[in-house]
Amino acid sequence: MNIIVCMKQVIDLEQIRIKPKTREPVIEGLPFLFGDFEKCALEEAVRIKEKHGGKVTALAVGSPKLRDTIKEALAIGADEAIILIEPIFQDSDAMGSARVLAKAIEKVGEYDLILLGDSSADEYSGEIPPRIAELLDLPQVGFVREIEVMTDNDQMPGTKKIRVVRDMEDALEVVEMALPAVVGVTSELNTPRLAPLSAILKASRKPLNEWGPDDIGVTADELGPKALVVEVLSNLAPIQDRKGINYQDVEEGVAEVVKALKQEGVLTQ
Amino acid sequence: MNGIIVYSELEETALGLLTKGRELATELDKPLSVALLGNEAAGQVDVYFTHGATKAYVGDDRALTHFQARTYAAALAQVVTQAEADIILIGSTRRGRELAPRLAQKLTAGCVTNAMGLSIQDDRLVIERRSLGGNTISTKIITSPQQVIAVMPKLYDALPEAAVVGEVIPVSLELEPLTTRLMERRPKEAGIVNLEEADVLVCVGRGLDNEDDLSLIHALADSLGGMVGCTRPISHEYHWLSEDQMVGLSGKESSPRLYIAIGISGQIQHTVGIMDAKVIVAINNDANAPIFKVADYGIVGDLYQVVPKLIEKLRSELGRRR
Repeated sequence: MNIIVCMKQVIDLEQIRIKPKTREPVIEGLPFLFGDFEKCALEEAVRIKEKHGGKVTALAVGSPKLRDTIKEALAIGADEAIILIEPIFQDSDAMGSARVLAKAIEKVGEYDLILLGDSSADEYSGEIPPRIAELLDLPQVGFVREIEVMTDNDQMPGTKKIRVVRDMEDALEVVEMALPAVVGVTSELNTPRLAPLSAILKASRKPLNEWGPDDIGVTADELGPKALVVEVLSNLAPIQDRKGINYQDVEEGVAEVVKALKQEGVLTQ
Repeated sequence: MNGIIVYSELEETALGLLTKGRELATELDKPLSVALLGNEAAGQVDVYFTHGATKAYVGDDRALTHFQARTYAAALAQVVTQAEADIILIGSTRRGRELAPRLAQKLTAGCVTNAMGLSIQDDRLVIERRSLGGNTISTKIITSPQQVIAVMPKLYDALPEAAVVGEVIPVSLELEPLTTRLMERRPKEAGIVNLEEADVLVCVGRGLDNEDDLSLIHALADSLGGMVGCTRPISHEYHWLSEDQMVGLSGKESSPRLYIAIGISGQIQHTVGIMDAKVIVAINNDANAPIFKVADYGIVGDLYQVVPKLIEKLRSELGRRR
């Protein structure tokens, strides 16, 4: 099983502070890390490899900080990493990033499974898995919390198949599909291992490739500002307009709050 | 291309989207239609006409029996093309979030998922959604000729019913066979709760002394017909509740009618998960807890005194009809 894990580095969201006057987020200088979902995707890839053999390639597009961030992926167990950090890859929207990732995946060539976090911790848009799947014309499932590689495949000898459990609003769905496929995972999938120090030291000896636009065959027109289809007008902390009515006395508080909730129409039993 | 089309696999969500779609259609002077996909979709069109749609594009095909993002995106792309729609509104359910970006990629269009607000400003459709893990709200516009927007479910109520006769337009679809097989659908175990869907959400934090005291929290939730969630320490450190029940950053986001925070200090990492709640109530013994700054109603007091009294009061108010 050759598995490509697409990973996105995000700033440490817990460290974001908001400027009180302008409501602007302060993000400069914050450290980058991988979100829980992508770590689970990588962990699962490594577990599948440990059981069934093959190779795990970590793939990421982002800022040059990736040179450091990606080491965690190599330490956790990726055999090789490919990062796309040239300025032209920056400031892409989801369509641009998906195009770069899909092109890089095509260049990697041999893969059975593309695993990725269902959505990134910062934007939570979930756009990348479906867009990559569409670009590569592959089946796609998201919200996956269990993956089983089916080795005995009587119906289609020689083909590889997986069975996944996906978590929908109303039920769990068990879905089978032939590979290759794109699978978006959630953090219920597993508990990612912490890389031991020895693995962290070894990680720097694993192949870390930096690919540019020429390597994956994209032109400047297809990337960067010219190719944007979504424009961000503003990004500010929300204005809080809560009532802020507090009661110091328990008896009074309970009576008044229940009264208010009735008036607000939120008690409908 | 000039038209707004609405799609959701859930009727209630589609009707809500029609409400917003009707408003946008009037402002932008565009026709408003609904897309219906799936086996025997044709039988259900009237409700959409009485709630805002003037046309219903119906794609009926065996390949649509079960949801598969690839097939549904292909089907919806064909519907959108026939309808000549340039604004596509999809319910941002889990299926919708798989469908919308794939459709957008098929159309080489921009997409915004989890949209929480749509408005027309300077003739442009401005979309609001959360960003930076919920710390901020970004406003965006889509600049491609077609726009795919997945809108949070339950943002809009259905329009009042009006007697309207609409036009049903069958779409003959060309679909490839399914590449995934749905083997089984099983109901979620009792432990797996879907907080995103909660109408009433009661969350508990570090203020709770013992795991056994969770019964108090459950009793309050039961008295309101609500669900129980928690902050990160309760699920990830103490393991008193499942990780599915963690609300906030890297956990669940919920927009209930009523959210009650019990023994929760109110760190932003938790409160980003409930910012959209209609009414927020906080119970905490520390009058300076940040949770009171984001609450509509607060009771400063020991949760072990407040919660039993609250349950008693709610039962006497609501219990009679039960």
